[in-house]
Amino acid sequence: MTREEISAAIISIINDILPEGDCSGVDPDKKLRDQLELDSMDFLDIVMELRKKYGIEVPEADYPQLATLSSCIIYLEPRMKSL
Amino acid sequence: MLKNSERIVITGIGLTAPNGNSLPEFRDNLLNKRAKIENISLRYIGEVHAGVCRYDVLKYQNKRDVRTGTRAGSISIFCANEAFGDAGLKISDENRSRTGVFIGITEHGNVETENEIFNISQFKYDVKFWNHYHNPRTVANNPAGEVTVNMGITGPHYCLGAACAAGNAGIIQGVQQLLLGEVDIAIAGGVSESIHTFGIFAGFKSQGALAWHKDPNKASRPFDKDRTGIVVSEGGCLYVLERLSDAKKRGAKIYAEISGYAMNSDGTHFVLPNPERQAECMQKAIRSAGLQPEDIDLVNTHATGTKAGDIQECEALRKVFGGGAKFPYINNTKGFIGHAMGAAGTLELAGNIPSFTDGLLHPCMNVDSLDPECELPNLLLDTFDTGGRIGSILNNSFGMLGINSVLIVKRFADS
Repeated sequence: MTREEISAAIISIINDILPEGDCSGVDPDKKLRDQLELDSMDFLDIVMELRKKYGIEVPEADYPQLATLSSCIIYLEPRMKSL
Repeated sequence: MLKNSERIVITGIGLTAPNGNSLPEFRDNLLNKRAKIENISLRYIGEVHAGVCRYDVLKYQNKRDVRTGTRAGSISIFCANEAFGDAGLKISDENRSRTGVFIGITEHGNVETENEIFNISQFKYDVKFWNHYHNPRTVANNPAGEVTVNMGITGPHYCLGAACAAGNAGIIQGVQQLLLGEVDIAIAGGVSESIHTFGIFAGFKSQGALAWHKDPNKASRPFDKDRTGIVVSEGGCLYVLERLSDAKKRGAKIYAEISGYAMNSDGTHFVLPNPERQAECMQKAIRSAGLQPEDIDLVNTHATGTKAGDIQECEALRKVFGGGAKFPYINNTKGFIGHAMGAAGTLELAGNIPSFTDGLLHPCMNVDSLDPECELPNLLLDTFDTGGRIGSILNNSFGMLGINSVLIVKRFADS
C-alpha cells in the first residue's frame, strides 16, 4: 500500500468508529482524542479493525503511536506497505 | 385494590411495533386491521417470517451508540425517551436518582453470542478477534442499563427475565418499586430483539411451532384452525408509571390506573401450558384489583398461535369467566404483529388502552376459520364500537417454564 492508501485506510476505520462526522479534516499532527470524540474503547476498536482487515497486531505498549494521524501513518507504513 | 393505599398510574407510553412507532399509529393499524409481518433471511436457517421494527434509530442515539450497544438496548432507549417525552418529563438533577428502569426480557445475549461466534469463525475461531464489547452487551441488565447511560438516570435499573410473560413482569416490578417508595418515576415494560437470533427460530422450528404462510401477513393466526405456529417479532413498549399523588401534583396526563396484577408458576412442564394455573393467575389478579370477573370488560389474550397454547388459554378463560353474569370481550394482538416476546405484554396492552377513551375494541386478526375449541362468547373478529367506554382490561402474558403474568388496568377516575 502507498502512504496515501494507508492514510485513506486509517481514515476509513476511524470514520466507522466515530460517533458522528468525518475525520479527514483533522490536523494530522494533533492528538486525535483532542480533536475527535474518541474514548479508550474506541481505540480498542481501531486496533481490532487493523487486526481484522489487515492482519496487523498493535501491542498495547505501542498504543501511544496511534495518537495522531501522522504518527499512525508513520507507525503503520512499514507494516502495511507490503499489503 | 392494591394493598398499599397509593394508586399507580400510567402517564407515558413509548413503543415500537412492526406496524407502528407510536401509540396513535399502532392503534390505528389495529383498529383498521393492518398486520405487518415480512420475510427476512437469517444465517443457517434462511427465510423466515418476522415482525421487524423500523423506528428512527438515530433519534436518541448516535451511530457509535448503535454500533457498540445492542438492538434490545436501542429499542429500549427509543421507547424510554418516547415514553418520558409523552409523560411531559425531562431528566433533571431533581429526578435522575429517583427514576428507575425495569425492563422485562424473554432472553438476552443470544444475538451477540451468535454474532461473535460467527465473527470468529471467519478467523479460524481465533478468540483474539472476539469483540471487547461482548460482556457489556450480554450482561442481563443491558437493555435497562443502556437506557440509564443514554438518559443520565442514576436510580436503580435491571431487567427481569420472564420469558414471554416479561412485559407484564416489568410493569409489576415498576409498580412495586413505586409502592415501596424506592423510586418516584418508573420506566417499565418489556422489549425484544429476538428476530436477530437464528437460534430462537430454529428452536421453534425443531419444536414444530414456527409459523409459515405464503402471505407473511397471514402467518400469525391465533385461534384459527389453520394456524401453523408462532411468528417471532421484535418490539418494545415502556410505560412511565407514577404514584397518583405525584402525577396529580404535576398535572400529568393519565392514561390508566394499574388496578391489579398477579404472577404464578405452572410448576409442571418446560413448554406445555397449564390452564389451571393460568386461571388461578387471572383469579388472583382480579382479587388483587378488588373486582369480580364480571367487572372485566376486555381480555387481551396471550394467544401465540400454537394449538396447545390457544386451546388451553381458552379453557382457562372459560374457567374464570364462564360462570359469571357477563363474559368479557376477548381479543388478541399477535395476528397483527406476531409474537414480540418480552415486549408482548406491554405492547399488546398499550394497543387496547385507548379503549378507555374511545370505546373501540380492536379485533383478532386472521381468524378465517375459528377453531371450535377457541369459540368464546364476545370474541372480537371485527372492530367493535361499544358505544361507551371500557372500564377494566385484563392482559394475559404467559411464558416457557410455566411463568404466568396477568395485569389489570382500569379507566382512571379521580375518586
